[in-house]
Amino acid sequence: MPKASHPQERLNDFTIKFANVNGTGSASANALVMKAIFRMGVPVMGKNYFPSNIQGLPTWYEIRVSKDGHLARSGRVDLMLAINIETYAQDVKEVSPGGYVLYDSTWPRSAVLERQDITVLGVPFAKLCNENFDGVRNRILMKNICYVGALAALIDIDVEVIRTLVTEQYSKRPKLVDANMKAIDLGYQYAREHLPCPLPLRITRLDHNQGHVLIDGNTAAGLGCVYAGATVGAWYPITPSTSLMDAYRGFCERYRVDAETGDHNFIVLQAEDELAAIGMVVGASWNGARAFTPTSGPGISLMNEFVGLAYYAEVPAVIFDVQRVGPSTGMPTRTQQCDILLCAYASHGDTRHVLLFPANPDECFHLAVAAFDLAERLQTPVFVLSDLDIGMNDWMIRELEWDDSYRPDRGKVLSAEQVEKLTKFQRYADRDGDGIPYRTLPGVGPKGAYFTRGSGHNQYGLYTEDSAEYQQVVDRLKRKFATAAALVPRAVVEGPGTRPIGVVSVGSCDSPIREALGQLERCGVALDYLRVRAFPFGAEVEAFLASHSKLLVVEQNRDAQLRALLVLETAVEKAKITSILHYDGMPMTAGFVTDAVLAALGGSDRRAAAAG
Amino acid sequence: MSTPKPKVAHPSLPRNSLGLTRRDYEGGMSTLCAGCGHDSITAAIVEACWGLSLEPHRLVKLSGIGCSSKTTAYFVGEAHGFNGVHGRMASVATGANAANRELTYIGVSGDGDSLSIGLGQLAHAMRRNLNMLYLIENNGVYGLTKGQFSASADVGTKSKKGDANTQPPVDPALLALSLGAGFVARGFSGDKPQLVPLIRAGLSHPGFALIDVLSPCVTFNDHEGSTKSYAFTREHYHPAVEADFHSGAAADFIAPAESISVDYREGEEVVVPLHDGSHVHLKKLDPGFDTSDRAAAYAYIAAKLKEGQYVTGLLHADPAAGGDLHAANRTSATPLNRLPFERLSPGAAKLASLMARYR
Ligand SMILES: Cc1ncc(C[n+]2csc(CCOP(=O)(O)OP(=O)(O)O)c2C)c(N)n1
Ligand code: SF4
Ligand SMILES: [Mg+2]
Repeated sequence: MPKASHPQERLNDFTIKFANVNGTGSASANALVMKAIFRMGVPVMGKNYFPSNIQGLPTWYEIRVSKDGHLARSGRVDLMLAINIETYAQDVKEVSPGGYVLYDSTWPRSAVLERQDITVLGVPFAKLCNENFDGVRNRILMKNICYVGALAALIDIDVEVIRTLVTEQYSKRPKLVDANMKAIDLGYQYAREHLPCPLPLRITRLDHNQGHVLIDGNTAAGLGCVYAGATVGAWYPITPSTSLMDAYRGFCERYRVDAETGDHNFIVLQAEDELAAIGMVVGASWNGARAFTPTSGPGISLMNEFVGLAYYAEVPAVIFDVQRVGPSTGMPTRTQQCDILLCAYASHGDTRHVLLFPANPDECFHLAVAAFDLAERLQTPVFVLSDLDIGMNDWMIRELEWDDSYRPDRGKVLSAEQVEKLTKFQRYADRDGDGIPYRTLPGVGPKGAYFTRGSGHNQYGLYTEDSAEYQQVVDRLKRKFATAAALVPRAVVEGPGTRPIGVVSVGSCDSPIREALGQLERCGVALDYLRVRAFPFGAEVEAFLASHSKLLVVEQNRDAQLRALLVLETAVEKAKITSILHYDGMPMTAGFVTDAVLAALGGSDRRAAAAG
Repeated sequence: MSTPKPKVAHPSLPRNSLGLTRRDYEGGMSTLCAGCGHDSITAAIVEACWGLSLEPHRLVKLSGIGCSSKTTAYFVGEAHGFNGVHGRMASVATGANAANRELTYIGVSGDGDSLSIGLGQLAHAMRRNLNMLYLIENNGVYGLTKGQFSASADVGTKSKKGDANTQPPVDPALLALSLGAGFVARGFSGDKPQLVPLIRAGLSHPGFALIDVLSPCVTFNDHEGSTKSYAFTREHYHPAVEADFHSGAAADFIAPAESISVDYREGEEVVVPLHDGSHVHLKKLDPGFDTSDRAAAYAYIAAKLKEGQYVTGLLHADPAAGGDLHAANRTSATPLNRLPFERLSPGAAKLASLMARYR
């Protein structure tokens, strides 16, 4: 074994990366490691970098162990589990100086690839599993579990915690528990006997995870739809949004099936395409059900015409856009925030839409609920823009909580009794001065009937080609959008607010930015931070933009879409803004933000930031 | 365009069991060209809804875009209507029906709206057996965009300018038969006595009902050389089944109590049960035609089409054909849009225990 320059101990503060082949069952092995660390009370982040493919291509999983609770990528690799022979060379290169590689030494690697500044450790996983298990598929699966065992020995994961997790996972198939534990033991014992266990990268128990869970954003959003009382879900499968509908359906099967009759208090419609999916949502919402569709960029492109109809005819609709890398099919399994402008102005004609930007699964849950309230209150489409990173990765968040006093805001829907008292129902009149008209649901009674159309209509809902009548309606729609600005969730402001320089960002940029702000502060650069949570922008956004002399807008797309929206929709002075853009499809790291901020700040800015 | 018609019901006008006259089933004033086939279909819908004593506000009218799709504004003014986007009425109907299974849904579309831009949605609504009447007002052209050939234009038919169509047509009836629709009919806007009972039966069918109505466009497709003109349609239309109007004005409609007394002539009639237990009584003009046999109906229609004949009437009916969308999904009997929030949201305690799964 070559001598490596050993780093000092990195207790509960390091990154492990797993290089696997997809379709081999590695995902559950890696998740097991993450969960075991989580159960040991140590904050942990897990991210999956997978190909748009079902079997046989390289896939990576990254676990960051962070006693300080940083949930962004660290940008380093301290321990690489180089299980995929195809990518071995590339994986070894990626290891940070002083780090380790653990590989399958059934086939010893040539010394050519070895670096002098890292330590290479071998465990003959394939050999161990071939000797101890039968069946090709089984051996492949067990090889993954076997490396969990070796890893447990190397980084000091409590094997009892792993045993408990395996037992929970296979509670109905005890045989599998034994097989899995046998594989774990093989790896564990081999590592203990042959390798320097434990490494300086180690887990020690902490108690930081009380009241926390590991959950992905799509699961949380699907659960939010159930809690919001949504009864109609329509969709067409697309990565990375599919698991949102899977979650909704799964929770409905648990909570929404009548125990006596077996009746379903929900319906999931798998549409023929996204045009149909949004059409179904529009039809169901128009008819008084809470309805939603999850999709991603390509689906939004297809939905545009209906979104414009819903905007103009004033029909609620909740649309989840779990963003992925565009344009076109792009990189379907990589993350980006590239649909901000697409959603803000979706469809032809003068249209503007309400957008909500969750930053983590907790917000996916709560903003899903808020989306239905807003859509029905405002009678308009509402987009919830999360992304692949939030939607498909497990995040450590505080346990989701629900307030039983919550009641849905169904908006201005006239009841049969109210309709009866009317002399004449005026569908699109602004009776309250807030730009929001009253609506009725089909079947309410003869007096409440009206004709919904995407063609020109006047305030009574009648067809019109009269300029003044047309304008009266679209001007009211504009006032309605102003009303929306006061109803949407507030932006989050951190820092005293009085510093001269402010960072502005959105969604999943949040964790790398928070970590970066700490790093910057330690270098004497103190910045305020505004995280936008909705469009239209509220007064607090306008105030933050006005009160900072320099603004750094951080986002994950090439064309600075958030910046564009801020410039278009607020009074901000364009020259004050510098963009920090990250769009390679991988989640941003704190280091990237820190470096970019330092690069963006000139000497005078630095002095100002230090003074602030 | 939505000018309401003045409603003065003459005391002597006949009333249905709800006490409503035909005027109560009218809508706004039509703005279509004088003589447009679509207006005759509107009149037939009014007649059918009146005859069925549908509560006007329990009807939901849906359409896409086109001259045909405008007509939902011209009947049953006391029903909610939804004039959506071009070719996508079926999806709006699907969502609406999913939300409230208790209302009656009628969709009106055109051959352009349904057979080109909207072919996918039409096909999938049939596959889902959505409980609705889907009526195609078929004129072989895009009326509203001034007369281009539609996907139902026959090979060889001539445009107003004299160009001949070369692409084979999509026949909505054959399409519906092959996709498993449980109710398939064809009518002609110029034959109201045949059309009205078909609409009644279609509205009552407990699943997807398709009626293709040949409906000449007087402005763009009523010339010599067109196979969708009034003259051509009259000449080539072949009623296989029609309402038996010979035995009295309302003989096609038999109330439940009377049905026993009907003289049922085996092999000569088709009896379609309606939702309230009554029946539509259709007379077979072609004794060899069996409406219950999907494959036979398909072969018969296709053979007649080859001879240049449009078979009209009830082409296929199978009220027992599979369950509808709700049956397949086991949706609650109470419409989803009426379920109280308390039954939908699991509550804080359940969430707290669910969280254990994620620890
Ligand atoms: C997306 C879109 N493309 C094109 C049009 C233009 N357009 C309006 S109606 C129509 C065709 C209607 O034909 P059909 O459904 O046969 O109705 P008809 O007017 O013949 O009754 C077209 C192409 C549109 N409204 N929307
Ligand atoms: S253009 Fe044709 S289809 Fe349209 S209203 Fe006139 S006659 Fe009817
Ligand atoms: Mg047409």
